[in-house]
Amino acid sequence: MSRQIIPYAFIAPAMLLLLAFGVLPIAVALLVSLTDLDLAGLGDWAGAGYVGLDNYRSLLADSAFWQAMANTGVYTVLGVPAVVVTSLAVALLLNRSEGRFFRALRAFYFVPAVTAIVAVSLVWGYLYNTQFGLLNHLLGVAGLPPVRWLTDPALVKPSVAVVAVWRGTALNIIIFLAALKAIPREYLEAAALDGASELRRITSIVLPLLRFAIVFVTVTTVIAWLQIFDEPYVLTKGGPLGASTSVSLFLYQQGFSSGRFGYAGAGTLVLFLVIAAVTLLQVRARRLDAS
Amino acid sequence: MRADSRATTAVVGAVLGVGALITAFPFFWMVSGSVKPRSEATGHPPGLLPHEPTPEYFAQLFGRLDFAAHLLNTCVLVLIGMAGVVITAMAGYGFAKFRFRGRGPLFFLVLATMMVPVQATMIPTYLLLNGVRLTDTLLGAALPTLVSGFSVFLFRQFISTVPTEMIEAARVDGAGEARIFCRIVLPVCRPIMAVQLVLAFIGSWNSLLWPLIIADDQRHYPLSVGVSLLNRQIATNPSLQMAGATLMVVPVLIVFVFFQRSIVRGFTLSGLR
Repeated sequence: MSRQIIPYAFIAPAMLLLLAFGVLPIAVALLVSLTDLDLAGLGDWAGAGYVGLDNYRSLLADSAFWQAMANTGVYTVLGVPAVVVTSLAVALLLNRSEGRFFRALRAFYFVPAVTAIVAVSLVWGYLYNTQFGLLNHLLGVAGLPPVRWLTDPALVKPSVAVVAVWRGTALNIIIFLAALKAIPREYLEAAALDGASELRRITSIVLPLLRFAIVFVTVTTVIAWLQIFDEPYVLTKGGPLGASTSVSLFLYQQGFSSGRFGYAGAGTLVLFLVIAAVTLLQVRARRLDAS
Repeated sequence: MRADSRATTAVVGAVLGVGALITAFPFFWMVSGSVKPRSEATGHPPGLLPHEPTPEYFAQLFGRLDFAAHLLNTCVLVLIGMAGVVITAMAGYGFAKFRFRGRGPLFFLVLATMMVPVQATMIPTYLLLNGVRLTDTLLGAALPTLVSGFSVFLFRQFISTVPTEMIEAARVDGAGEARIFCRIVLPVCRPIMAVQLVLAFIGSWNSLLWPLIIADDQRHYPLSVGVSLLNRQIATNPSLQMAGATLMVVPVLIVFVFFQRSIVRGFTLSGLR
Protein backbone atom coordinates (compact mmCIF):
# COMPACT_ATOMS: atom_id res chain seq x y z
CA MET A 1 0.00 0.00 0.00
CA SER A 2 1.38 3.36 -0.99
CA ARG A 3 2.10 5.60 2.00
CA GLN A 4 -0.01 8.40 0.60
CA ILE A 5 -3.20 6.39 0.68
CA ILE A 6 -2.94 5.53 4.37
CA PRO A 7 -4.53 8.67 5.87
CA TYR A 8 -7.36 8.55 3.36
CA ALA A 9 -8.01 4.94 4.28
CA PHE A 10 -8.37 5.97 7.94
CA ILE A 11 -10.74 8.84 7.33
CA ALA A 12 -12.70 7.38 4.42
CA PRO A 13 -15.44 5.43 6.29
CA ALA A 14 -16.33 8.33 8.57
CA MET A 15 -16.09 10.88 5.76
CA LEU A 16 -18.37 8.83 3.52
CA LEU A 17 -20.98 8.56 6.27
CA LEU A 18 -20.76 12.26 7.09
CA LEU A 19 -21.13 13.15 3.42
CA ALA A 20 -23.98 10.71 2.89
CA PHE A 21 -26.01 11.83 5.92
CA GLY A 22 -24.74 15.33 6.64
CA VAL A 23 -24.39 16.91 3.22
CA LEU A 24 -26.12 14.83 0.58
CA PRO A 25 -29.61 14.92 2.18
CA ILE A 26 -29.82 18.67 1.68
CA ALA A 27 -29.02 18.32 -2.01
CA VAL A 28 -31.54 15.47 -2.28
CA ALA A 29 -34.20 17.53 -0.50
CA LEU A 30 -33.59 20.39 -2.92
CA LEU A 31 -33.81 18.10 -5.97
CA VAL A 32 -36.82 16.13 -4.76
CA SER A 33 -38.69 19.27 -3.75
CA LEU A 34 -38.82 20.25 -7.43
CA THR A 35 -40.55 16.98 -8.38
CA ASP A 36 -43.82 15.20 -7.67
CA LEU A 37 -42.06 12.09 -6.33
CA ASP A 38 -44.54 9.86 -4.52
CA LEU A 39 -44.75 6.31 -3.19
CA ALA A 40 -45.08 4.89 -6.72
CA GLY A 41 -42.02 6.86 -7.82
CA LEU A 42 -39.86 5.33 -5.08
CA GLY A 43 -39.17 2.14 -7.01
CA ASP A 44 -38.55 4.00 -10.23
CA TRP A 45 -37.31 7.57 -9.87
CA ALA A 46 -37.80 8.16 -13.58
CA GLY A 47 -41.54 8.19 -12.93
CA ALA A 48 -41.26 11.45 -10.99
CA GLY A 49 -41.85 14.61 -12.99
CA TYR A 50 -40.38 18.08 -12.67
CA VAL A 51 -42.91 20.49 -11.19
CA GLY A 52 -40.80 23.58 -10.58
CA LEU A 53 -41.72 25.46 -7.45
CA ASP A 54 -45.24 24.00 -7.20
CA ASN A 55 -44.44 22.14 -3.97
CA TYR A 56 -43.27 25.33 -2.29
CA ARG A 57 -46.33 27.19 -3.53
CA SER A 58 -48.74 24.62 -2.16
CA LEU A 59 -46.71 24.27 1.05
CA LEU A 60 -47.00 27.98 1.75
CA ALA A 61 -50.73 27.77 1.05
CA ASP A 62 -51.20 24.67 3.23
CA SER A 63 -52.94 25.54 6.47
CA ALA A 64 -51.74 22.26 8.03
CA PHE A 65 -48.13 23.29 7.38
CA TRP A 66 -48.68 26.68 8.98
CA GLN A 67 -50.43 25.04 11.91
CA ALA A 68 -47.40 22.79 12.39
CA MET A 69 -45.07 25.80 12.11
CA ALA A 70 -47.15 27.72 14.66
CA ASN A 71 -47.25 24.70 16.99
CA THR A 72 -43.48 24.34 16.76
CA GLY A 73 -43.17 28.04 17.53
CA VAL A 74 -45.39 27.62 20.59
CA TYR A 75 -43.37 24.58 21.75
CA THR A 76 -40.16 26.56 21.39
CA VAL A 77 -41.51 29.65 23.15
CA LEU A 78 -42.92 27.57 26.01
CA GLY A 79 -40.09 25.08 26.26
CA VAL A 80 -36.83 26.93 25.76
CA PRO A 81 -37.20 29.52 28.56
CA ALA A 82 -38.54 26.81 30.86
CA VAL A 83 -35.60 24.50 30.12
CA VAL A 84 -32.93 27.21 30.39
CA VAL A 85 -34.29 28.81 33.59
CA THR A 86 -35.03 25.51 35.33
CA SER A 87 -31.72 23.89 34.49
CA LEU A 88 -29.76 27.00 35.46
CA ALA A 89 -31.62 27.32 38.76
CA VAL A 90 -31.19 23.64 39.63
CA ALA A 91 -27.49 23.77 38.69
CA LEU A 92 -26.94 26.85 40.91
CA LEU A 93 -28.66 25.12 43.82
CA LEU A 94 -26.83 21.82 43.29
CA ASN A 95 -23.55 23.71 43.15
CA ARG A 96 -24.09 25.18 46.63
CA SER A 97 -22.60 22.22 48.40
CA GLU A 98 -20.13 19.45 47.66
CA GLY A 99 -21.69 17.31 50.39
CA ARG A 100 -22.56 13.70 49.84
CA PHE A 101 -26.30 14.41 49.88
CA PHE A 102 -26.02 17.01 47.12
CA ARG A 103 -23.84 14.75 45.00
CA ALA A 104 -26.34 11.92 45.35
CA LEU A 105 -29.17 14.25 44.33
CA ARG A 106 -27.37 15.05 41.07
CA ALA A 107 -27.93 11.52 39.80
CA PHE A 108 -31.69 12.00 40.11
CA TYR A 109 -31.61 15.15 38.02
CA PHE A 110 -29.31 13.62 35.39
CA VAL A 111 -31.28 10.43 34.76
CA PRO A 112 -33.92 11.81 32.34
CA ALA A 113 -31.08 12.69 29.94
CA VAL A 114 -30.29 9.02 29.32
CA THR A 115 -33.71 7.37 29.30
CA ALA A 116 -35.61 6.72 26.07
CA ILE A 117 -38.08 9.44 25.14
CA VAL A 118 -40.45 6.83 23.77
CA ALA A 119 -40.66 4.96 27.08
CA VAL A 120 -40.87 8.13 29.10
CA SER A 121 -43.62 9.52 26.85
CA LEU A 122 -45.67 6.37 27.45
CA VAL A 123 -45.34 6.86 31.20
CA TRP A 124 -46.46 10.47 30.92
CA GLY A 125 -49.32 9.39 28.67
CA TYR A 126 -50.43 7.11 31.49
CA LEU A 127 -50.12 9.94 34.04
CA TYR A 128 -52.17 12.19 31.72
CA ASN A 129 -54.85 9.58 30.95
CA THR A 130 -58.33 11.06 31.37
CA GLN A 131 -59.98 7.91 32.72
CA PHE A 132 -57.40 6.43 35.06
CA GLY A 133 -54.46 8.84 35.03
CA LEU A 134 -52.85 9.86 38.30
CA LEU A 135 -52.93 13.60 37.57
CA ASN A 136 -56.71 13.77 37.21
CA HIS A 137 -57.08 11.61 40.30
CA LEU A 138 -54.98 14.12 42.25
CA LEU A 139 -57.10 16.98 40.87
CA GLY A 140 -60.18 15.08 42.03
CA VAL A 141 -58.74 14.69 45.52
CA ALA A 142 -58.15 18.44 45.59
CA GLY A 143 -61.80 18.95 44.57
CA LEU A 144 -61.01 20.13 41.05
CA PRO A 145 -62.69 18.94 37.85
CA PRO A 146 -60.74 16.53 35.57
CA VAL A 147 -58.66 17.98 32.75
CA ARG A 148 -58.36 16.61 29.19
CA TRP A 149 -54.57 16.95 29.14
CA LEU A 150 -53.97 15.47 25.69
CA THR A 151 -57.34 15.87 23.97
CA ASP A 152 -58.10 19.52 24.70
CA PRO A 153 -56.67 21.53 21.75
CA ALA A 154 -55.73 24.40 24.06
CA LEU A 155 -53.97 22.21 26.63
CA VAL A 156 -52.25 19.61 24.49
CA LYS A 157 -49.22 21.73 23.57
CA PRO A 158 -48.34 22.66 27.16
CA SER A 159 -48.90 19.01 28.20
CA VAL A 160 -46.51 17.74 25.52
CA ALA A 161 -44.04 20.53 26.32
CA VAL A 162 -43.91 19.54 30.02
CA VAL A 163 -42.65 16.09 29.05
CA ALA A 164 -39.96 17.57 26.80
CA VAL A 165 -38.95 20.08 29.49
CA TRP A 166 -38.70 17.33 32.11
CA ARG A 167 -36.33 15.54 29.78
CA GLY A 168 -34.45 18.52 28.36
CA THR A 169 -33.37 20.06 31.66
CA ALA A 170 -31.26 17.05 32.66
CA LEU A 171 -28.59 17.46 29.96
CA ASN A 172 -28.37 21.21 30.49
CA ILE A 173 -28.00 20.88 34.26
CA ILE A 174 -24.88 18.82 33.53
CA ILE A 175 -23.53 21.50 31.20
CA PHE A 176 -24.27 24.34 33.62
CA LEU A 177 -22.68 22.46 36.52
CA ALA A 178 -19.50 21.98 34.50
CA ALA A 179 -19.45 25.70 33.67
CA LEU A 180 -19.99 26.58 37.35
CA LYS A 181 -17.05 24.39 38.35
CA ALA A 182 -14.85 26.41 36.01
CA ILE A 183 -15.46 29.66 37.90
CA PRO A 184 -12.39 30.43 40.06
CA ARG A 185 -13.31 30.17 43.72
CA GLU A 186 -11.13 33.22 44.55
CA TYR A 187 -13.55 35.54 42.75
CA LEU A 188 -16.41 34.47 44.97
CA GLU A 189 -14.33 34.47 48.14
CA ALA A 190 -13.03 37.97 47.43
CA ALA A 191 -16.57 39.21 46.86
CA ALA A 192 -17.74 37.53 50.06
CA LEU A 193 -14.93 39.26 52.01
CA ASP A 194 -16.06 42.56 50.57
CA GLY A 195 -19.46 41.82 52.04
CA ALA A 196 -21.38 40.94 48.86
CA SER A 197 -24.48 38.90 49.67
CA GLU A 198 -24.98 35.50 48.08
CA LEU A 199 -27.64 36.78 45.71
CA ARG A 200 -25.38 39.64 44.73
CA ARG A 201 -22.49 37.26 44.06
CA ILE A 202 -24.72 35.21 41.79
CA THR A 203 -26.07 38.15 39.79
CA SER A 204 -22.81 40.12 39.58
CA ILE A 205 -20.19 37.40 39.24
CA VAL A 206 -21.62 33.98 38.47
CA LEU A 207 -24.22 34.85 35.84
CA PRO A 208 -21.92 37.12 33.78
CA LEU A 209 -19.25 34.41 33.81
CA LEU A 210 -21.84 31.87 32.69
CA ARG A 211 -22.87 34.03 29.73
CA PHE A 212 -21.19 31.76 27.23
CA ALA A 213 -22.78 28.61 28.65
CA ILE A 214 -26.18 30.29 28.73
CA VAL A 215 -25.94 31.31 25.07
CA PHE A 216 -24.78 27.82 24.13
CA VAL A 217 -27.55 26.06 26.03
CA THR A 218 -30.18 28.43 24.67
CA VAL A 219 -29.17 27.93 21.05
CA THR A 220 -28.82 24.14 21.23
CA THR A 221 -32.14 23.98 23.04
CA VAL A 222 -33.84 26.12 20.39
CA ILE A 223 -32.43 23.87 17.65
CA ALA A 224 -33.61 20.74 19.49
CA TRP A 225 -37.11 22.13 20.04
CA LEU A 226 -37.47 23.22 16.41
CA GLN A 227 -37.08 19.51 15.55
CA ILE A 228 -39.28 18.11 18.32
CA PHE A 229 -40.69 14.77 17.18
CA ASP A 230 -40.67 11.87 19.66
CA GLU A 231 -42.90 13.38 22.34
CA PRO A 232 -45.83 14.43 20.13
CA TYR A 233 -45.43 11.28 18.03
CA VAL A 234 -45.82 8.96 21.01
CA LEU A 235 -48.20 11.03 23.14
CA THR A 236 -50.73 12.33 20.62
CA LYS A 237 -49.77 11.45 17.02
CA GLY A 238 -50.15 15.20 16.50
CA GLY A 239 -53.81 15.35 17.51
CA PRO A 240 -56.40 16.48 18.33
CA LEU A 241 -56.96 17.85 14.80
CA GLY A 242 -53.30 18.71 14.35
CA ALA A 243 -53.16 20.82 17.51
CA SER A 244 -49.91 19.21 18.64
CA THR A 245 -48.28 18.42 15.26
CA SER A 246 -44.71 19.73 15.06
CA VAL A 247 -42.99 20.47 11.75
CA SER A 248 -40.94 17.26 12.03
CA LEU A 249 -44.09 15.26 12.66
CA PHE A 250 -45.82 17.02 9.74
CA LEU A 251 -42.93 16.08 7.43
CA TYR A 252 -43.03 12.50 8.72
CA GLN A 253 -46.76 12.25 8.04
CA GLN A 254 -46.50 13.83 4.59
CA GLY A 255 -43.64 11.53 3.63
CA PHE A 256 -44.47 8.23 5.24
CA SER A 257 -48.24 8.28 5.71
CA SER A 258 -49.21 10.10 2.53
CA GLY A 259 -46.17 9.21 0.41
CA ARG A 260 -45.78 12.80 -0.82
CA PHE A 261 -41.99 12.84 -0.87
CA GLY A 262 -41.57 15.82 -3.17
CA TYR A 263 -43.86 17.88 -0.98
CA ALA A 264 -42.14 16.74 2.22
CA GLY A 265 -38.79 17.54 0.59
CA ALA A 266 -39.87 21.15 0.18
CA GLY A 267 -40.89 21.26 3.85
CA THR A 268 -37.52 19.76 4.84
CA LEU A 269 -35.70 22.55 3.08
CA VAL A 270 -37.81 25.22 4.78
CA LEU A 271 -37.15 23.66 8.22
CA PHE A 272 -33.46 23.34 7.41
CA LEU A 273 -33.24 27.01 6.45
CA VAL A 274 -34.93 28.06 9.70
CA ILE A 275 -32.50 25.98 11.77
CA ALA A 276 -29.50 27.16 9.73
CA ALA A 277 -30.55 30.77 10.37
CA VAL A 278 -30.69 30.13 14.12
CA THR A 279 -27.25 28.44 14.03
CA LEU A 280 -25.72 31.33 12.10
CA LEU A 281 -27.18 33.77 14.63
CA GLN A 282 -25.31 31.84 17.32
CA VAL A 283 -22.02 32.00 15.43
CA ARG A 284 -22.49 35.73 14.94
CA ALA A 285 -23.43 36.31 18.59
CA ARG A 286 -20.33 34.45 19.69
CA ARG A 287 -18.12 36.48 17.37
CA LEU A 288 -19.60 39.74 18.68
CA ASP A 289 -19.07 38.42 22.18
CA ALA A 290 -15.42 37.63 21.52
CA SER A 291 -14.58 41.00 20.00
CA MET B 1 -23.44 34.32 59.69
CA ARG B 2 -22.06 30.79 59.55
CA ALA B 3 -25.16 29.21 61.07
CA ASP B 4 -27.26 31.31 58.74
CA SER B 5 -25.46 29.92 55.71
CA ARG B 6 -25.80 26.38 57.01
CA ALA B 7 -29.53 26.89 57.44
CA THR B 8 -29.79 28.13 53.85
CA THR B 9 -27.94 25.05 52.64
CA ALA B 10 -30.39 22.86 54.53
CA VAL B 11 -33.36 24.64 52.95
CA VAL B 12 -31.78 24.36 49.48
CA GLY B 13 -31.13 20.68 50.14
CA ALA B 14 -34.76 20.14 51.09
CA VAL B 15 -36.02 21.96 47.98
CA LEU B 16 -33.67 19.95 45.77
CA GLY B 17 -34.74 16.75 47.50
CA VAL B 18 -38.39 17.43 46.68
CA GLY B 19 -37.44 18.31 43.10
CA ALA B 20 -35.46 15.08 42.78
CA LEU B 21 -38.45 13.08 43.99
CA ILE B 22 -40.70 14.78 41.43
CA THR B 23 -38.14 14.14 38.68
CA ALA B 24 -37.84 10.50 39.61
CA PHE B 25 -41.54 9.91 40.20
CA PRO B 26 -42.45 8.95 36.61
CA PHE B 27 -39.87 6.15 36.81
CA PHE B 28 -41.30 4.91 40.08
CA TRP B 29 -44.82 5.02 38.61
CA MET B 30 -43.60 3.12 35.55
CA VAL B 31 -42.03 0.26 37.51
CA SER B 32 -44.93 0.09 39.93
CA GLY B 33 -47.45 0.08 37.06
CA SER B 34 -45.58 -2.64 35.18
CA VAL B 35 -46.37 -5.24 37.85
CA LYS B 36 -49.92 -4.11 38.67
CA PRO B 37 -52.73 -6.28 37.37
CA ARG B 38 -54.67 -4.34 34.76
CA SER B 39 -57.66 -3.91 37.07
CA GLU B 40 -55.40 -2.16 39.55
CA ALA B 41 -53.62 -0.05 36.96
CA THR B 42 -56.93 1.31 35.68
CA GLY B 43 -58.76 1.25 39.00
CA HIS B 44 -59.84 3.97 41.36
CA PRO B 45 -58.18 5.17 43.48
CA PRO B 46 -54.76 4.41 41.97
CA GLY B 47 -52.47 2.81 44.56
CA LEU B 48 -48.83 3.80 44.86
CA LEU B 49 -47.69 0.19 45.10
CA PRO B 50 -49.30 -2.89 43.55
CA HIS B 51 -51.41 -4.98 45.93
CA GLU B 52 -50.95 -8.20 44.01
CA PRO B 53 -47.83 -7.78 41.88
CA THR B 54 -47.74 -9.92 38.75
CA PRO B 55 -45.05 -10.63 36.14
CA GLU B 56 -47.86 -11.36 33.67
CA TYR B 57 -47.25 -8.34 31.42
CA PHE B 58 -43.56 -9.03 31.00
CA ALA B 59 -44.55 -12.57 30.05
CA GLN B 60 -47.00 -11.12 27.50
CA LEU B 61 -44.28 -8.93 25.98
CA PHE B 62 -42.13 -11.98 25.34
CA GLY B 63 -44.94 -14.42 24.64
CA ARG B 64 -47.87 -12.87 22.81
CA LEU B 65 -45.79 -9.97 21.48
CA ASP B 66 -42.48 -9.97 19.64
CA PHE B 67 -40.31 -8.34 22.28
CA ALA B 68 -37.67 -11.05 22.24
CA ALA B 69 -36.99 -10.16 18.60
CA HIS B 70 -37.21 -6.44 19.40
CA LEU B 71 -34.65 -6.84 22.17
CA LEU B 72 -32.32 -8.73 19.86
CA ASN B 73 -32.65 -6.04 17.18
CA THR B 74 -31.87 -3.34 19.73
CA CYS B 75 -28.72 -5.25 20.71
CA VAL B 76 -27.68 -5.37 17.05
CA LEU B 77 -28.25 -1.60 16.78
CA VAL B 78 -26.08 -1.10 19.87
CA LEU B 79 -23.27 -3.21 18.39
CA ILE B 80 -23.38 -1.28 15.12
CA GLY B 81 -23.36 1.97 17.12
CA MET B 82 -20.25 0.83 18.97
CA ALA B 83 -18.54 -0.10 15.69
CA GLY B 84 -19.24 3.50 14.70
CA VAL B 85 -17.05 4.67 17.56
CA VAL B 86 -14.10 2.75 16.07
CA ILE B 87 -14.75 4.35 12.67
CA THR B 88 -14.83 7.72 14.38
CA ALA B 89 -11.56 7.03 16.19
CA MET B 90 -9.95 6.04 12.87
CA ALA B 91 -10.96 9.35 11.34
CA GLY B 92 -9.73 11.25 14.40
CA TYR B 93 -6.37 9.48 14.09
CA GLY B 94 -6.16 10.23 10.37
CA PHE B 95 -6.73 13.93 10.94
CA ALA B 96 -4.49 14.14 14.01
CA LYS B 97 -1.35 12.31 12.92
CA PHE B 98 -1.09 12.53 9.13
CA ARG B 99 -0.39 15.40 6.78
CA PHE B 100 -2.13 14.89 3.47
CA ARG B 101 -3.63 16.77 0.59
CA GLY B 102 -7.02 18.24 1.33
CA ARG B 103 -6.72 17.78 5.08
CA GLY B 104 -7.79 21.33 5.90
CA PRO B 105 -10.86 21.45 3.64
CA LEU B 106 -11.90 17.91 4.61
CA PHE B 107 -11.71 18.71 8.31
CA PHE B 108 -13.67 21.89 7.71
CA LEU B 109 -16.30 19.70 6.05
CA VAL B 110 -16.40 17.50 9.18
CA LEU B 111 -17.05 20.56 11.32
CA ALA B 112 -19.63 21.90 8.86
CA THR B 113 -21.73 18.74 9.17
CA MET B 114 -22.21 19.63 12.84
CA MET B 115 -24.54 22.39 11.65
CA VAL B 116 -26.87 20.02 9.81
CA PRO B 117 -29.80 18.83 11.90
CA VAL B 118 -29.99 15.10 11.17
CA GLN B 119 -33.54 14.65 12.39
CA ALA B 120 -34.89 17.43 10.18
CA THR B 121 -33.58 15.73 7.05
CA MET B 122 -35.36 12.42 7.61
CA ILE B 123 -37.17 12.46 4.23
CA PRO B 124 -34.14 12.86 1.93
CA THR B 125 -32.12 10.50 4.15
CA TYR B 126 -34.83 7.89 3.77
CA LEU B 127 -34.77 8.36 0.00
CA LEU B 128 -30.98 7.92 -0.03
CA LEU B 129 -31.16 4.71 2.02
CA ASN B 130 -33.96 3.48 -0.19
CA GLY B 131 -31.81 4.21 -3.23
CA VAL B 132 -29.06 1.90 -1.95
CA ARG B 133 -31.57 -0.76 -0.80
CA LEU B 134 -30.84 -0.34 2.89
CA THR B 135 -34.44 0.26 3.94
CA ASP B 136 -35.86 -2.43 6.17
CA THR B 137 -32.41 -3.33 7.50
CA LEU B 138 -30.96 -2.59 10.93
CA LEU B 139 -27.79 -1.30 9.28
CA GLY B 140 -29.88 1.31 7.47
CA ALA B 141 -31.50 2.35 10.74
CA ALA B 142 -28.11 2.77 12.42
CA LEU B 143 -26.13 4.51 9.66
CA PRO B 144 -27.58 8.05 9.73
CA THR B 145 -26.37 8.73 13.28
CA LEU B 146 -23.34 6.42 13.30
CA VAL B 147 -20.71 9.15 12.98
CA SER B 148 -20.99 12.73 14.13
CA GLY B 149 -18.66 15.53 13.13
CA PHE B 150 -18.27 16.48 16.75
CA SER B 151 -17.02 13.05 17.85
CA VAL B 152 -14.47 13.06 15.03
CA PHE B 153 -13.36 16.43 16.33
CA LEU B 154 -13.09 15.11 19.90
CA PHE B 155 -10.99 12.12 18.85
CA ARG B 156 -8.73 14.33 16.77
CA GLN B 157 -8.15 16.65 19.73
CA PHE B 158 -7.41 13.73 22.01
CA ILE B 159 -5.08 11.88 19.65
CA SER B 160 -3.15 15.10 18.89
CA THR B 161 -1.77 14.89 22.43
CA VAL B 162 -0.32 11.41 21.84
CA PRO B 163 3.47 11.73 21.21
CA THR B 164 4.19 11.15 17.55
CA GLU B 165 7.51 9.49 18.50
CA MET B 166 5.60 6.48 19.86
CA ILE B 167 3.96 5.94 16.49
CA GLU B 168 7.16 6.57 14.54
CA ALA B 169 9.10 4.12 16.70
CA ALA B 170 6.55 1.40 16.01
CA ARG B 171 6.74 2.19 12.30
CA VAL B 172 10.53 1.90 12.36
CA ASP B 173 10.12 -1.48 14.06
CA GLY B 174 8.11 -2.52 11.02
CA ALA B 175 4.60 -2.50 12.51
CA GLY B 176 1.83 -2.16 9.91
CA GLU B 177 -0.54 0.80 10.00
CA ALA B 178 -3.53 -1.27 11.14
CA ARG B 179 -1.42 -2.76 13.92
CA ILE B 180 -0.22 0.67 15.06
CA PHE B 181 -3.81 1.85 15.21
CA CYS B 182 -5.05 -1.16 17.18
CA ARG B 183 -2.05 -1.61 19.49
CA ILE B 184 -0.97 1.98 20.16
CA VAL B 185 -3.64 4.50 19.23
CA LEU B 186 -6.74 2.72 20.51
CA PRO B 187 -5.27 1.83 23.93
CA VAL B 188 -4.13 5.41 24.44
CA CYS B 189 -7.63 6.59 23.59
CA ARG B 190 -9.20 4.46 26.30
CA PRO B 191 -10.65 7.34 28.37
CA ILE B 192 -12.41 8.98 25.46
CA MET B 193 -13.35 5.60 23.97
CA ALA B 194 -15.12 4.70 27.20
CA VAL B 195 -17.13 7.91 27.11
CA GLN B 196 -18.02 7.52 23.46
CA LEU B 197 -18.93 3.84 23.75
CA VAL B 198 -21.29 4.49 26.64
CA LEU B 199 -22.91 7.36 24.77
CA ALA B 200 -23.18 5.18 21.67
CA PHE B 201 -24.87 2.49 23.73
CA ILE B 202 -27.41 4.93 25.12
CA GLY B 203 -28.01 6.61 21.77
CA SER B 204 -28.52 3.37 19.87
CA TRP B 205 -30.61 1.78 22.60
CA ASN B 206 -32.97 4.76 22.73
CA SER B 207 -33.15 5.77 19.07
CA LEU B 208 -36.71 5.86 17.76
CA LEU B 209 -36.92 7.98 14.62
CA TRP B 210 -34.61 6.08 12.26
CA PRO B 211 -35.78 2.55 13.05
CA LEU B 212 -39.35 3.83 12.82
CA ILE B 213 -38.73 5.14 9.32
CA ILE B 214 -36.41 2.43 8.04
CA ALA B 215 -37.93 -0.78 9.47
CA ASP B 216 -40.98 -1.98 7.54
CA ASP B 217 -41.21 -5.58 8.64
CA GLN B 218 -42.31 -5.99 12.23
CA ARG B 219 -39.54 -8.54 12.76
CA HIS B 220 -37.00 -5.75 12.22
CA TYR B 221 -38.42 -3.46 14.91
CA PRO B 222 -36.16 -2.65 17.84
CA LEU B 223 -37.52 -2.10 21.36
CA SER B 224 -38.17 1.60 20.79
CA VAL B 225 -40.58 0.98 17.92
CA GLY B 226 -42.19 -1.98 19.69
CA VAL B 227 -42.77 0.17 22.77
CA SER B 228 -44.21 3.04 20.73
CA LEU B 229 -46.71 0.60 19.18
CA LEU B 230 -48.01 -0.35 22.63
CA ASN B 231 -49.78 2.99 22.57
CA ARG B 232 -51.73 2.05 19.47
CA GLN B 233 -53.49 -1.04 20.67
CA ILE B 234 -57.24 -0.67 20.57
CA ALA B 235 -57.84 -1.15 24.30
CA THR B 236 -55.24 0.78 26.27
CA ASN B 237 -53.49 -1.51 28.68
CA PRO B 238 -51.33 0.63 30.95
CA SER B 239 -49.76 -2.36 32.70
CA LEU B 240 -48.48 -3.70 29.39
CA GLN B 241 -47.26 -0.25 28.37
CA MET B 242 -45.43 0.23 31.65
CA ALA B 243 -43.86 -3.22 31.35
CA GLY B 244 -42.55 -2.30 27.88
CA ALA B 245 -41.27 1.05 29.12
CA THR B 246 -39.59 -0.61 32.11
CA LEU B 247 -37.88 -3.11 29.83
CA MET B 248 -36.45 -0.19 27.86
CA VAL B 249 -35.47 2.07 30.72
CA VAL B 250 -34.05 -0.27 33.37
CA PRO B 251 -30.99 -1.48 31.37
CA VAL B 252 -30.06 2.14 30.67
CA LEU B 253 -30.51 3.00 34.35
CA ILE B 254 -28.13 0.18 35.26
CA VAL B 255 -25.58 1.43 32.73
CA PHE B 256 -26.06 4.92 34.15
CA VAL B 257 -25.37 3.78 37.71
CA PHE B 258 -22.11 2.10 36.67
CA PHE B 259 -20.89 4.68 34.17
CA GLN B 260 -22.29 7.89 35.60
CA ARG B 261 -18.85 9.52 35.48
CA SER B 262 -18.22 8.71 31.83
CA ILE B 263 -21.72 9.78 30.87
CA VAL B 264 -21.51 13.08 32.68
CA ARG B 265 -18.07 13.67 31.19
CA GLY B 266 -19.41 12.92 27.71
CA PHE B 267 -22.30 15.32 28.09
CA THR B 268 -19.98 17.95 29.51
CA LEU B 269 -17.69 17.63 26.50
CA SER B 270 -20.65 18.06 24.19
CA GLY B 271 -21.32 21.28 26.06
CA LEU B 272 -17.90 22.66 25.27
CA ARG B 273 -18.24 22.87 21.53
